[in-house]
Amino acid sequence: MRRVLDAFFSPHAFRQSLPDVWAGFQLNIKLMVVAEILVLALALGIAIVRGLPGRPAGPLRALAVVYTDFFRGTPLIIVAFMIGLGVPGLRIHPISYQSNFVYGVAALTLVYTAYVTEVYRAGIESVHGSQRMAARSLGLTYGQAMRYVVLPQAVRRVVPPLLNDFVGLQKDTAIIGTIGVIEAQQQAQNFASSFFNFTGYLVAAVFFIFMTIPLARFTDHLVAQRERRERALAI
Amino acid sequence: MSAPTQHFVELRSVTKRFGDNVVLKSVDLTVDEHEVICLIGASGSGKSTLLRCVNLLEKVEEGTIAVDGQTITNGKVDINALRRKIGIVFQAYNLFPHMTVMENVTLAPRKVRDLSKHSAEEEASELLGRIGLLDKRDEYPDRLSGGQQQRVAIVRALAMNPKLMLLDEVTSALDPQLVSEVLNLIRQLAGSGMTMMIATHEMSFAREVADKVCFLDAGVILEEGAPREIFSSPREERTREFLARIIEAGRL
Repeated sequence: MRRVLDAFFSPHAFRQSLPDVWAGFQLNIKLMVVAEILVLALALGIAIVRGLPGRPAGPLRALAVVYTDFFRGTPLIIVAFMIGLGVPGLRIHPISYQSNFVYGVAALTLVYTAYVTEVYRAGIESVHGSQRMAARSLGLTYGQAMRYVVLPQAVRRVVPPLLNDFVGLQKDTAIIGTIGVIEAQQQAQNFASSFFNFTGYLVAAVFFIFMTIPLARFTDHLVAQRERRERALAI
Repeated sequence: MSAPTQHFVELRSVTKRFGDNVVLKSVDLTVDEHEVICLIGASGSGKSTLLRCVNLLEKVEEGTIAVDGQTITNGKVDINALRRKIGIVFQAYNLFPHMTVMENVTLAPRKVRDLSKHSAEEEASELLGRIGLLDKRDEYPDRLSGGQQQRVAIVRALAMNPKLMLLDEVTSALDPQLVSEVLNLIRQLAGSGMTMMIATHEMSFAREVADKVCFLDAGVILEEGAPREIFSSPREERTREFLARIIEAGRL
């Protein structure tokens, strides 16, 4: 019992590892923010492509389907290795000479864009066809109907599931440590191997938890708010 | 441009199928400028589909439709330009729930007619004032009654200055006490000379406002004529049956 407390919950080690793990966690935050912004924009684009009508858009739609199927099905750690370790070995300018941070962002973005595309797509499909029809019959083009009528409603509806995916993304920034980005998990690992004490991991865990709890509560709040509104509508 | 003898809307043997189901069978119909046509008939008789073919919400496989002297069924027409000329109002209002009344009415004038926000809102205020809903301009549709929503939907279509209005059972989803406020608005429109094609179940309204009534049965215009002829002395047995059922239900 004593050994467990010392190895995982040592107050001394907690204080000792805190500065390094905190320094590492700032990288996690940076990874998360940059990747989230890219994911939000790219996923919206791909979701729109997947919904394009007509035969000429067929190849584009197919490409979008292949992309989402591939990256939704591949574990992030494999994508991270392929990009972080594989791409530099290609020696192709400029993609092979980027920082590990860039490779980390790329891996996170590739995988999470695939998830978030599906979330957006569900949102777009949940907007009733009569809305699009009403917009088109006012003379709006397909693009205008999408932009002013369908997407605003779709995005509003998917905010809670989007935030949920972002909780996942926040946590998965720890995986990027495996390709040489010295973030919180790596710092904790360094600490553990230097002092044979795992309290550093606890420190990292606490940081992650403090990041995700506000986001989770905010999501709950949005869901509750929408339920209230919908109940008011039903009366 | 259009010759005086030309009809504003002209359907020539229009046939529309959904799979094996023939919804419109070789329909011929003409509408002149400033004319009000009412389409009556049971649900599923093809009234809505006919209206939707006129602004190409439905694709026509056989036959031709011409609007304002232009054939629209040859696949060469600019659909968006066509729809600018034609307003349509639906049974379920289909207002945009994330936009205020003002935004609903000004969206198309701003994006399609390229009006500035200011002049679009000026026009919209004028229209909303005319239907007594100017004080609701900043409300969202879910704060309005069904009758108010439907009147906003009509005004939204009118804001594009259409030459033709298609009304697809616009009072069918309304509580009975809200029907008259919508019908009054349509009456005003008819009085102002708007060309209209109206699918409706309101027979006394059709009798009052229509220049021509068409009775649709199973995708065919079985009988058409002045309201007095159709309602008082229908020639076809099916028309008589339909009207008898309506009278039985107390709706005429």
